[in-house]
Amino acid sequence: MSTTAPTFAFTRSAAEERTKRSLGRRRGIVDRVVTLFCLLATAVGLFFLGAILFTLLRRGLVALDLTIFTAEFAPTRYGDDSLPKGGLLHAITGSLIQVAIATAIGTPIGLFVGTYLAEYSQRTALGNAVRFVSDILLSAPSILIGLFIYQIVVLPMGGFSGIAGALALAVIVVPVVVRTTEDMLQLIPNTLREAVIALGAPKWKMIVLVCYKAALSGIVTGVLLAIARIAGETAPLLLTSFGNNVVSTDLSRPMASLPISIYQQANSGFPDLIEIAWTGALLVTAGVLVINILARVLLRKRI
Amino acid sequence: MSDMAIRVRSAPTLGARRTPGSLGDKLFAALCTVAGLFVLLTLGGIIVTLFLGGLPAFLHFGLDFLVSTRWDPVEGREEFGAFISVFGTVVTSILAIIFAVPVAFGIAYFLTELAPLWVRRPLGIAVELLAAVPSIIYGMWGLFVLVPFVQMHIQLRFGEALGEIPYVGFLFASNSFAGTSIFSASLVLAIMILPFIAATMRDVFEQVPAVYKESAYGLGATRWEVMTGVVIPYTRVSLVGGIMLGLGRALGETMAVTFVIGNANRMPSSIFDPSTTIASVIAMEFPESLAGSLQQSALFAIGFLLFVISFLVLATSRWLLRPRLK
Repeated sequence: MSTTAPTFAFTRSAAEERTKRSLGRRRGIVDRVVTLFCLLATAVGLFFLGAILFTLLRRGLVALDLTIFTAEFAPTRYGDDSLPKGGLLHAITGSLIQVAIATAIGTPIGLFVGTYLAEYSQRTALGNAVRFVSDILLSAPSILIGLFIYQIVVLPMGGFSGIAGALALAVIVVPVVVRTTEDMLQLIPNTLREAVIALGAPKWKMIVLVCYKAALSGIVTGVLLAIARIAGETAPLLLTSFGNNVVSTDLSRPMASLPISIYQQANSGFPDLIEIAWTGALLVTAGVLVINILARVLLRKRI
Repeated sequence: MSDMAIRVRSAPTLGARRTPGSLGDKLFAALCTVAGLFVLLTLGGIIVTLFLGGLPAFLHFGLDFLVSTRWDPVEGREEFGAFISVFGTVVTSILAIIFAVPVAFGIAYFLTELAPLWVRRPLGIAVELLAAVPSIIYGMWGLFVLVPFVQMHIQLRFGEALGEIPYVGFLFASNSFAGTSIFSASLVLAIMILPFIAATMRDVFEQVPAVYKESAYGLGATRWEVMTGVVIPYTRVSLVGGIMLGLGRALGETMAVTFVIGNANRMPSSIFDPSTTIASVIAMEFPESLAGSLQQSALFAIGFLLFVISFLVLATSRWLLRPRLK
């Protein structure tokens, strides 16, 4: 093109040349200003992550000692150091129990729904509806899930209970597992499925023995992400398991949980209880972030 | 193997041929379908229980419930109206979107086009970790770090500088100096939804075929010109979808907002006034309300309203994002 271009392209007047230069300079400046803005925006995002983690470490480490893991809630000892120091044992126990039950209930349901979407319902109206509803549930306000469980479990049982809390968390687990399971199953090449079917295996064996195996790390990632999500959930638990100040393993009675304990002690107004709340916050965040990083490492290996 | 060989040999003699595992197949398919139906049932259950729970309040107050600004749970003179909490929910969410979208756009643009390849992955993970921090942590951090900062450094200065502007000045002039306010709540919400919007925008930008961008670069366009001339027009619809997804998250957020909004059942006149949102009212009052009381029914009723609002926003978002999802 340039070799055949007529020579008048180079015979611009001086004024034209100046306009071209200043236009080019302005475009360059705009480009650089926007780049700077984007750098700044990224810095702002990182700053908030850093600020939150810094505050958590600075204020959470103050009260972090063995008593946190061995003692139950104790009332404030404000101004009187002879009183026993409180801990978070009741909350840690309660959280572990409820998260474990919620995961145990939610994972198989999510797994089957994900399987249904990926293997059985291609382009059917019911499949699309299930996918749509599952995506809505993924982002639905969690406090409304608390209200729902309150109506169908807490009211008939006659009071707040640990099992109600676990069920509310299970409702949150399902859509997270559905999404990752479906995505991971759809990554499996169809030739693999055809090879299994061609060997004479029934479809369910193909799914359980081959597809699940191929998608295993992805599915585990989904479960881990779901655990990370519910470990910090507070709102639905306020309306279902309510909280408790002593270690309780009775599922039919109110049960403590880390987020609820943090919420109650942070709002208590006593400096020593607020310190413990910060330690709880540090524990929850550390747990959630470690699980998240673990999940990402797992997924990276697969891809 | 031997099993298959036997089957092949004996196949002609059998009338209706039964493949081994056909029962298992039927059972497994049924299991998966039932699980799928269970998801539909859950959403249906949420709608029905919220509506039934709120029905007494809807019947008692009628349409007035939607526009009334009274919220008085004191026994004997109970009166409930949804307007303040609905207003607070919508205003804080929209302000949060206004704060968060430019920053999220900057992060997404930086991560997809500007950053050198070796920083993209760690930066992307950092943004995703910000999304993983539980909302109660945002609430605590907001209450103990952000609220004092707003109180000391932002509220007074903005109030004095902007309060004198005719017509809109009242938005910045407040008599409440606690620091817990609509502004603080919006700020915390903005930080919370920032990573969601940034991650969605990044995914959307990555969908643009490289050929389109390369053609524009080949014509001499700068990076910003490629953004405004190629990437944004190509992804416009999905971008709006991503923003709506963030809005949906902000509308239903409970703990982060409850800590910093002040929980005052008053109509705010300034962004520095305390107010409340639907989710905060439920979190504050529901655990103490009596089962079957009018107050509890009113809380279910505003929960139903929250569900309707966030369902509409999330459904729109998903509809707009569907070219990306499929």
